[in-house]
Amino acid sequence: MIIHKTAAELAEAIAAGELTAEAVTRAFLDRIEAVDGRVHAFLHVDAEGALATARQVDADRAAGRALGPLAGVPVAVKDIVVTKGLPTTAASKILEGWIPPYDATIVARLKAAGMPILGKTNLDEFAMGSSTEYSAFGVTRNPWDLNRIPGGSGGGSAAAVAARMAPLAIGTDTGGSIRQPGAVTGTVGGKPTYGGTSRYGLIAFSSSLDTPGPVARTMLDAALLHEVIAGHDPRDSTSIPQPVPPVSAAARQGAEGDLTGVRLGMVREFGGDGAEPAVLAAYQAGVEALVKLGAEIVEVSCPHFEYALPAYYLIAPSECSSNLARFDSVRYGLRVGDDGSRSLEEVMSATREAGFGPEVKRRIILGTYALSSGYVDEYYGQAQKVRTLITRDFEAAFAKVDALISPTTPFAAFEFGARTSDPYQMYLADLYTIPSNLSGGPAVSVPVGLADGLPAGLQVMAPTMRDDVAYRVGAALESTQEPRLADQVPDVADKEL
Amino acid sequence: MTTVTSPSYADAVAKYEAVIGLETHVELGTRTKMFCGCTTEFGADPNTQVCPVCLGLPGALPVANEAAIEATIRIGLALNCRIAEWCRFARKNYFYPDMPKNFQTSQYDEPLCEDGWLDVDVDGETVRIEIERVHLEEDTGKSMHVGGATGRIQGATESLVDYNRAGIPLVEIVTKPVNGTGALAPEVARAYVTELREVIRSLGVSDVRMEQGSLRCDVNTSLNLPGQEWGTRTETKNVNSLRSVERAVRSEIIRQSGLLDAGERIVQETRHFHEDTGQTTPGRSKETATDYRYFPEPDLTPMSPDPEWVSRLREALPELPRDRRRRLQEAWGLSSLDMAAVLNAGAVDLIEATVAAGAKPEGARKWWMGELSRRANEAEMELGALGISPAQVAELQGLVDAGTLNDKLARQVIDGVLAGEGDPKAVADARGLAIVSDTGALTAAVDAAIAANPDVADKVRSGVHAAAGVLIGAVMKETRGQADAKTVRELILSRLS
Ligand SMILES: [Zn+2]
Repeated sequence: MIIHKTAAELAEAIAAGELTAEAVTRAFLDRIEAVDGRVHAFLHVDAEGALATARQVDADRAAGRALGPLAGVPVAVKDIVVTKGLPTTAASKILEGWIPPYDATIVARLKAAGMPILGKTNLDEFAMGSSTEYSAFGVTRNPWDLNRIPGGSGGGSAAAVAARMAPLAIGTDTGGSIRQPGAVTGTVGGKPTYGGTSRYGLIAFSSSLDTPGPVARTMLDAALLHEVIAGHDPRDSTSIPQPVPPVSAAARQGAEGDLTGVRLGMVREFGGDGAEPAVLAAYQAGVEALVKLGAEIVEVSCPHFEYALPAYYLIAPSECSSNLARFDSVRYGLRVGDDGSRSLEEVMSATREAGFGPEVKRRIILGTYALSSGYVDEYYGQAQKVRTLITRDFEAAFAKVDALISPTTPFAAFEFGARTSDPYQMYLADLYTIPSNLSGGPAVSVPVGLADGLPAGLQVMAPTMRDDVAYRVGAALESTQEPRLADQVPDVADKEL
Repeated sequence: MTTVTSPSYADAVAKYEAVIGLETHVELGTRTKMFCGCTTEFGADPNTQVCPVCLGLPGALPVANEAAIEATIRIGLALNCRIAEWCRFARKNYFYPDMPKNFQTSQYDEPLCEDGWLDVDVDGETVRIEIERVHLEEDTGKSMHVGGATGRIQGATESLVDYNRAGIPLVEIVTKPVNGTGALAPEVARAYVTELREVIRSLGVSDVRMEQGSLRCDVNTSLNLPGQEWGTRTETKNVNSLRSVERAVRSEIIRQSGLLDAGERIVQETRHFHEDTGQTTPGRSKETATDYRYFPEPDLTPMSPDPEWVSRLREALPELPRDRRRRLQEAWGLSSLDMAAVLNAGAVDLIEATVAAGAKPEGARKWWMGELSRRANEAEMELGALGISPAQVAELQGLVDAGTLNDKLARQVIDGVLAGEGDPKAVADARGLAIVSDTGALTAAVDAAIAANPDVADKVRSGVHAAAGVLIGAVMKETRGQADAKTVRELILSRLS
C-alpha cells in the first residue's frame, strides 16, 4: 500500500515508473480525508496544488527530464512556514486569513524539488508549547492514543507522518519542537545545525534558536528531506555558507549496523531525574543496542546543562517579545475594535489582546520584562553567558566523543490537560533538547521502542555542521529494531484499515 | 505663580551658559535599502518600493547592505572617528505604525564609529565639535494624517502610511555636548550642520538635502549659570533648514532663560520648531520615557570591518571641504569675507572648474559671483543649474582677455549661450559680436560723428574734453557697441587736437 511505503521507496517507485506521483499524492490526500477528522494534524489541505505539482512531475518524467531525489513524494509543512498563496497562520487567531505573498526559501526548495505540498500542519501558537494544545484552532491528537498529545510545537507534522497522512513533513525546532513530537509519535525528527537550513520565511519565534528541519518515519527519509531543504541562503544572514553535510550517505552507512570505533557520550547531568521509568528503560535498551553495534559509551560531564532551561526561557521569550511586535493590525492579519471611536494604540492593544493566546502572552510579557531597562543585564545578559558556557560544554565533550546521546524527552505522550495548568511542567518536556538549540549544534530524535505502549525517542547530538554523525548513529540504532517502530501502525491507522 | 517673561537674547547669554548637542540623521544615497533589494529613489507613488522585508511581513529576514556599511565607515573616517573592529546591530523596540516590525534595526552600545571631531569656522575662529558616535540604522515609513485641521494625528479621521522610505539606510551622527561657545552657540550649531553637510556631500554618500529630509537634525539645548552643573536639556525636532538650526537654538535659549529667571524648572522633553513663528512648542514628554529594550539583532551577524580595508578607505578619502576651502582661498587670493561670499553663493565648485578650464581665478570669480549670480537670482535657480558650464565661462573670459569682447558684448554672448545657441565663440561669431579694432573703419565713424556734430567738435577743440562723450556715444551707436570705448575716445581727441 502506498501510504505505508517510506519516502525513499516512493521516490524510487516514481522514478522507475511503477507509481505515478499523482497516484501517490492522491493516496495521501485520501488518507487525510479518512483519518484527519479524528487526528486534526492539518489546518489547511491543498489537494489541488499538491495534485498539480504531482502531475507536473509525471509530465517531467514522461518527457525524460531529470527528477530530484524526492520528486513526486508529498510533504506536509508546519503552518509557521510561509507558503505563497496558501494560508499561513502560525496557529494564531492574529494571522487568521492571511495569505502570504511569498514562499519561504525551504518551501521554494520543496517546490523546485517537485515535492507536492499536501497542506499546512497544526502547532502550538507561534511554536510556543510542547503539546500542540496551545493551537488557536484546536488540538492535534496522537495517532498512538487519541486521548494523548502528539508533542509540540510540531504536533501536527509529527502526527501527520505517524498516521500515514504524509510520508514527510517540515517542522521547526526552537527548543525541541521537531524532536520531542518525533519521540512521542514514534517518528524521526531532525534538528539541523542552526544556519544549516534557511529561516527566510519561517515566522520568527526566537530568531537565534529557530531551525527548520525534517520529520519522517525513517532516518534515511529524514536525511533525504534534509538535503532538499538545507544549504546556504543569501536571504538569511545567519545561514552558513558551507556545503550541506552528507546526511543521506551517513544514514545509509549507519543502516549497515556497524558503529565500531564510534565514541558516544552519555551526559552525566541528564541522569534521568524526573524522567518516566518506562522512558528510561526504553532508552537503556537503546544504549545497549548501540553497544552491540560496536559503539563505545562513555560518561561525559556538561556542568552547565542544568541551566539550559532557565536560560532558554529568558532568551526565547526576549526575542519573541520583539519578533511578535509586528502583529499590530496595521498591515495584515486580525484587526479588532477599529470602529472609528478608538485610537490607533487602542486598536493595536485590542487586536493583540484578542489575537494572542495565553502562552504567547505569557512569553511576550516574560520577554518584555527580561529586556527591560535595569533588568536586561541580569536576565537576558546572564542567559547569554549561560549559552556561551553550554556551547563550551559541548565543545569539551566533542573533544572526547563523536556524539552525545540522551532520551529525547523525559516523558512519553501525556493526556490532554495534564501539564497545561503548570507551565513549568510543560517546559520540562524540552529539558534534554534545549541544550542543542542554545549551542546551535545538530541533533536527531530516533524511535527507540515503546514505553508502556507509547513511543519513546533517543536523541543523538553532534558537533556543529556534523549533522551526518547524528544521522549515522540514529540510522544504526534504527537498524537494530525489528520490527522498526516506523513500520508499526499506530492505533488510529489500525482502526481505519 | 510667577510670571514668565522673555528676556532679550543678549541678556540671556550674558547670564547663562548654553550647552548644545546635535543629533543628525543622514539618509544614505545607496541604490538599495538597508536590509532588502528595494530601490531608494525619492518621489515614487506610495508603497510601490516595498517588499516582504521592508514591510516586515512575517518570516522575512534582513540582509545588511554592504555599501551602506562602507559609507558609514567613510563618514566616520572623515569625522576622525575610531572604527569598531567588531560591532552589532541592535533592535530598538517601540510601537509605531510607520515602523513595520515595531522595532527599528539600529545600533546601541556598539556603534560602527566612535570618538571623532569636526572643526568648524565661526566668526573667524575654529571651534572643534567632538563627535560621540556615528551609527547605522534603518529609516521608518512616513505617516500622513488626513481629515484633521493640523495634519497631525490629533483630530485626524484617517492615518495613511507610506513604506517607501521604510528601510532606507540612515546614519546617525551624535555630537558630544558642546559648551563654552557663549553667545555664538546658535551660530556654532548652524556652522556644524553646514560643515557636516559639506563633508558628507564631498564623500558622495548622500545628497544631504534638508528640504527633502535626507538630512534631518535634532538640537539639544540646556542652560546653566556659570560654574554650576549643566541644566535639563530639551530636544528640538522639526528643524528643517540650516537657518532653522540657528533660530531653534536661539529661541530655546531665550525661552529657557525666561523660565529660569522666573524660578521655574525646565522640563526634559521633545519640542517642535515652527518655521513661521520661530518658536518651539512641546512634543511628547521624555519623563515617561519609552523603554526601548535594546538587544543585539539576532537576525544579523556581527560586523567586523577588516582593518586593512578600513585603512584603504581612509587613504582614499577625498580632500575634506575645510582643507579644500583653505587651499582655494589661498590659490585665488581671496579674503575670508570674499571666500565666504563664494561659499554662500554655492560657487566654489564652479569657479574651481572654470579655473581648471583655463580662466584666471579673478575672471572666473567675477563672472560667477557677478553677472551669473544675478541671473540665477532672477531666475530663482541654483547657480550650477543656470545652463552655462565652467568651460564656457572660461572660453568667454578668454575672449575678453584677448580683447575680442568687452564686458557688454560678453553679456550678450551669455544671452546666446543661455538661449542654447552654443559655446561663447560660436555665439559671438553667429551674432557678429566683436570689438571693432580696425582703426580705418573707426576713423571713418569718428569723422562722420565730428561732421554731424560741429558744435560739439568745437567745444572739444577748445579744451572741453568732457564734451567728447556725445561723439563717443555716436560712434558706439554707429558701430553697434562693438568698438572699444577707450580707443574711440583717443581717436576723437587726436582728430580734434
Ligand atoms: Zn524592501
